[in-house]
Amino acid sequence: MYEITEKPLSVEGVVSAITRRTCGAVASFVGVVRESSRGRQISYLEYEAYPEMAIAKMRQIEGEIRQKWEIEQIAIHHRVGRLGIGEASVVIAVAAAHRQPALEACAYAIERLKQIVPIWKKEVSPDGSTWVGMGS
Amino acid sequence: MRIQVRLFAAAREIVGHGEVAIELKEGSTVGDLMEGIFSRFPGLKGMAGSLVFAVNRELAERSVGLRDGDEVGVIPPVSGGTDV
Repeated sequence: MYEITEKPLSVEGVVSAITRRTCGAVASFVGVVRESSRGRQISYLEYEAYPEMAIAKMRQIEGEIRQKWEIEQIAIHHRVGRLGIGEASVVIAVAAAHRQPALEACAYAIERLKQIVPIWKKEVSPDGSTWVGMGS
Repeated sequence: MRIQVRLFAAAREIVGHGEVAIELKEGSTVGDLMEGIFSRFPGLKGMAGSLVFAVNRELAERSVGLRDGDEVGVIPPVSGGTDV
């Protein structure tokens, strides 16, 4: 279940959407806009995606995860557009029968997302703006 | 042949559009497309060394051949932009 959306993200919505009766664990990760980056104060962030490729790369990550861990469901929702401090930019949730694969797969998913999913953010601060992207 | 080019983040801002069509000779490669893009949008040359390209949503080397109707994504550097 993958989504690139301009709407605010709901952690509870993502978690409940992937939870099954066979699952004993759901691990979730929420990426949040921080007030500073590399020593600079952040006013807000602007996220931009290559949506079709981003969804394809999220599916690739799911494939990699299913080769390594026994999981039941995974969901990745990423927000785009302008986000203020404290708002959620990404929600990842992994449901599995047991906690260890859920936790490990969730950690793997966010690392790989940063490496291969074409989503960029523009950090806007009072003294200028900088694009930050894939692999950083 | 006609290639649909999609631009993102810093590259989109420099070009001023998220999508442009580029005409190329049959048999052209990603590298040829890159030259075409740079001659039309010289502002992108500054990030030439760090741009990567995706053909039909898969990353592609500059030697990869293009076909009419392909979509090429211009993927900007890991970190870029300029202070205002």
